[in-house]
Order: sequence, then C-alpha cells, then structure tokens
Amino acid sequence: MTKITYAEQKDTRSGFGAGLLEIGRSNNNIVALCADLTGSLKMNDFKKEFPDRFFQAGISEANMMGLASGLTVGGKIPFTGTFANFSTGRVFDQIRQSIAYSNKNVKICASHAGLTLGEDGATHQMLEDIGMMKMLPNMTVICPCDYNQTKAATMAIADHPGPVYLRFGRPKMPVFTKEDEPFEIGKAQILIQGVDVSVFATGHLVWQAIEAEAILAEKGISAEIINIHTIKPIDVETILASTAKTGCAVSAEEHQIFGGMGESISGVLTQHRPVPMEFVGVNDLFGESGKPLELLAKYGLSAEKIAAAAEKVIQRK
Amino acid sequence: MADPITIPQLNRIASQVRRDIVRMVHSVQSGHPGGSLGCTDFMVAMYFRILKHSPNFNPDGTGEDLFFLSNGHVSPLWYSVLARNKYFDLEELKTFRKINTRLQGHPATQEGLPGVRVASGSLGQGLSVAVGAALTKKLNGDNHMVYVLMGDGEQQEGQIWEAAMFAAHNKVDNLIATIDYNGQQIDGPVDSIITLGNLKAKYEAFNWEVIESEGNDMNDIISNMTLARSLAGRGKPVVNLMKTEMGKGVDFMEGTHEWHGIPPNDKQLESALTQLEETLGDY
Ligand SMILES: Cc1ncc(C[n+]2csc(CCOP(=O)(O)OP(=O)(O)O)c2C)c(N)n1
Ligand SMILES: [Mg+2]
Repeated sequence: MTKITYAEQKDTRSGFGAGLLEIGRSNNNIVALCADLTGSLKMNDFKKEFPDRFFQAGISEANMMGLASGLTVGGKIPFTGTFANFSTGRVFDQIRQSIAYSNKNVKICASHAGLTLGEDGATHQMLEDIGMMKMLPNMTVICPCDYNQTKAATMAIADHPGPVYLRFGRPKMPVFTKEDEPFEIGKAQILIQGVDVSVFATGHLVWQAIEAEAILAEKGISAEIINIHTIKPIDVETILASTAKTGCAVSAEEHQIFGGMGESISGVLTQHRPVPMEFVGVNDLFGESGKPLELLAKYGLSAEKIAAAAEKVIQRK
Repeated sequence: MADPITIPQLNRIASQVRRDIVRMVHSVQSGHPGGSLGCTDFMVAMYFRILKHSPNFNPDGTGEDLFFLSNGHVSPLWYSVLARNKYFDLEELKTFRKINTRLQGHPATQEGLPGVRVASGSLGQGLSVAVGAALTKKLNGDNHMVYVLMGDGEQQEGQIWEAAMFAAHNKVDNLIATIDYNGQQIDGPVDSIITLGNLKAKYEAFNWEVIESEGNDMNDIISNMTLARSLAGRGKPVVNLMKTEMGKGVDFMEGTHEWHGIPPNDKQLESALTQLEETLGDY
C-alpha cells in the first residue's frame, strides 16, 4: 500500500456543509433545520440556495427534533444541525420517542463533537453521544474521518432510510481520503494493512492512528489501521478478519471509553473470537478548555498513546 | 457602615473590566466579547454594590445573596468581575481558556474556581437552577436573595418557560432574574431568528413582576435593581428586562451579532484599548 499523506487540512463540518448543499440540489425532499448555529454548522450555503427548505429553530433544540420528526410525515428528509451536545444529550428523549422509536427518516448532524472543539470547554465537549445514539434501536451511527469522507457520508445518508446520527467536528484536520470516494454505510475501511495488531479508529482519531502506524513501523511493528466510520451497524466481518490475522486489537476514539466504539468492537470480539484489546479514549473524565492537539495529548488520545497501546496489547497476546 | 461605592467609581471599574474582557479574549483568540461587554455595567453594579456577598467563597452561600450566570458564554466578564472583587488572583485572568486553567471557556465548578456554584454554557438551564437555590434559601430560613442573568436569545429555550411557570406557581419571591435584552444572538437579531414578541406581556402572563431597565446606564441599573429588591417578598418572582447594547464600549463591536463570539485581532485590540481607559491597572 502507498503511504497515506495529505495536502491540506480542512474541518469536517465544512464537509458536511458541502455535502448538504450538493444533495440539496439533487433531492428536493431534503430540508434542513438549525438552532442558531448556521455559521458554525456551515449550513449558510444551503440556507442561501434553498431558503424555503431551511428552517431556523432558534435556540430550541428539543423543539427542532420534534419539528424534524413531523417533517418526515409526507416525505421530507430533515437534516438537523447543531453542536453534538445539543444534538443528543439535550434532546435524548425527543430523539428516542419521536425519531428512533417512531423510525423517522431524520438525519441528526452533530458538529463540534469531542475534545477537539477546544476552548469552549467541557460543557460543549460531547464525549457521550456515540453511546447514547448507538443504544437506540433503529439508529445508524456514523463518524467520518476527514472532510472528504464527511461530505460523502452526508450525501450517502440522504439515501439511507431511517434515523441516522452523523458526528463530525470543529477544527481543521488532515484531508487524506480521496475526493469523490463513495461512502459505504456499514463497511469498515482498511487504510493500512498489517499483521501484528489491528487498530480500529473513528473520526479525528483515524489520522492519529495513521501517525501511530508510522511510529510502530519504525520499531518493526506492523499495524493494520482500520477506519470504523460506521459505528452502528458495526462491520463484524472486517473486525474478525483483521483480528484473526493480528490476534490483538486497539480502539481509538474521541469519546468516553464507556459506551464508545471500542465497547462495540470488544462486544464483537468477545462474542465471536476473543483477543486481547486496549482502549484509547477518554477514561471517565470531563474535558476542559485548551487547543485541540494539546487536549488530545493531555487526555491520552494522541498518536503516541495509540502506538503505546498497540505495543502493550501485543505483549498480551 | 461605609458609604456605598459611587456611580463614577462604578463606571471607572466598568471601563477596566471591559479592558480585561477584550484582552482576555484576544490573548487566547477565543471567547465571547459581545455579550460580555454589553453586560459589564450590570455585572459591576451587582458585585460592587447590589449583592451581599463575600469573596471568601462559600459554595453553599449561606447568609449571602447568590448569583447564577445562565448565559455562561459571557464568562470573561464574570471572571474579570470576580477577580476584581478578589475572589481569586487577578493574574489568573491570563489563563482564560488555556489548558489547565480554572477559567474554563464556560464557567465550571470542576476546577474549583471561587464564585461559580453550578456550571453553565449549555443555554436555558440557569433559571431552573436559580429557582432551586431560591427554594433552598426559603427552606433554610435564609432571607437573602437569588439573582440570575440570562440572554434574550436564550429565552427561546422551552426550559426557561417551564422554570418561569414553576417559580410563579410556587411563589418563589426571593428570586430576581435579569434578561440581557440586547436583541442579538449568534445567527442575527433575535427578531429575525425567533422573535420573543412582547416579552413583558409574556412574563406578566406567567404571573411574574416585570421591571424594565437600561443596562448600560449605571444610575438606571442601581435604581432598578433596588426597585427589584423592594418588589421581592410579595409572592411573585421578579424579572428585569434590561436593554443593553451588544459590544458596548468598543465602537466597532457595538450593536451587532457579528461580535457575539469572535476575538479581536492585534489591530482591533489596540483600537479597542484606546477607547477604554485603564483605571485600575491591567492584569
Ligand atoms: C443549548 C444551547 N444551544 C446553543 C448554544 C450555542 N450558543 C451559545 S450563545 C448562543 C446565542 C445566545 O444568544 P443570547 O442568549 O441572546 O446571548 P448573546 O448572544 O446576546 O450574548 C448560542 C446559540 C448553547 N450554548 N446552548
Ligand atoms: Mg442576546
């Protein structure tokens, strides 16, 4: 495989904005709602081009989720946009009853997820959303890794019937997936093949995992790097095929370890074919203000920490 | 008893606090100057004149007035005023929003910053918290007041109205809520987002005592907060609809939502500081 590189850094939320605009052009049923964060969610272009299909909910997220549910009755496909905290925690029961239980075709699009939103601090740093959303029956949970993939995922979920939670972030991060690469919901992506350890990463930590691979390669360790962009349904086949080869696993996510993607993977492994596993994630803590990369380092989510977890789990084989 | 602090003295403090706000937000290139500058005169009046409080911070606040900040994004204002009241060292303002700070982007209790009793930042929650604290004051036989500041855009949250209904029903009359009625929120003027309509009539219909004030006029703030205090204890919660200008004190930030949450650059900082007299010494 060729080495993974990047030419520019872009924010995943801008990928969402671009994808929303593009899918809005080809599908008249797409409508969008936002709760006083149109600029932050990069929904301004959609709003401008389709003013009749854009609804400003104001600062009323619970209301927005109910509106979205109602809009599906008669065939609209609502995309809601606000920060990850206000997309999930604040409105969990509205999602649970009016969207998930009622199996409505709502796309809950959540920006500023995780520690990397930075200076706004813990009130805004959502680290529990994957857990809450994956527990809901009928819900699909997607967390793309870069700008291109977020754009592709935004377009793919429009054609995927049923409730979807799409998680993305605030800061500019490396763009390393191909432009116009189609997004296949539920199919994990093997980015780098390896034989000694399987590293399963999601969202912003996919790039950290790619950097971890280089650190490990220097030490003669061959890591397989897999992008779990769809957390639910999880790709059981790819996970098992990889760990059958490597015999151990590391998960990496910008989320609490409790209830995160890693727990889903460990569930797959323990059910089908147990192997030792290490978890890179936030370990039962709230975040804090700081710069994105400073925070990843302080909370143990950096490439170095992923590499260290890989070395540790290999010892446990 | 010592003479109360005078209006000119309060205005001099407000000028310094505004300097603190723009310097803090500039230093970390992050934070919310607009609402902070607009509410500066109010917050200074509260902490230097109205509130019965002690910088020897007691989280339970027994025997003191309590202040809650529901629109937590105006944290640089609150931090400056707390520091200028000696709740903590002035130098700590340098750490605003930087890693390992107690001065979190939005006010938090986790790091133990004196002055903060409940975290805020996610909007719409502070009125409920203040009502709860007012109930505890009553249960404890503590006849001090509970104050809370909210945003006007924040009034769009349904929880505000749940709390408003509860407070009136339960005659929570030791509570004075103030709304920063600046007419602005992130995406634009409040009236262009979801209008609040006749906010006075709405609170009156919820059975609150409503007063209206000018939040960038120190005289008016003092007289109306004194009036609000005198209306307490009569069976109704009190709300102060306080007109302010977002960005007040820095001409290019005034009256627009554009400065809700972006920092000034070096040149803009310089221009802002020439408009704000350094009266107490910069941190
Ligand atoms: C529940 C929630 N939704 C959205 C936000 C994002 N947000 C922060 S401040 C703000 C606007 C608040 O408007 P207003 O209360 O009028 O305050 P001002 O802009 O005047 O300071 C928004 C939408 C938030 N902090 N909390
Ligand atoms: Mg406002």
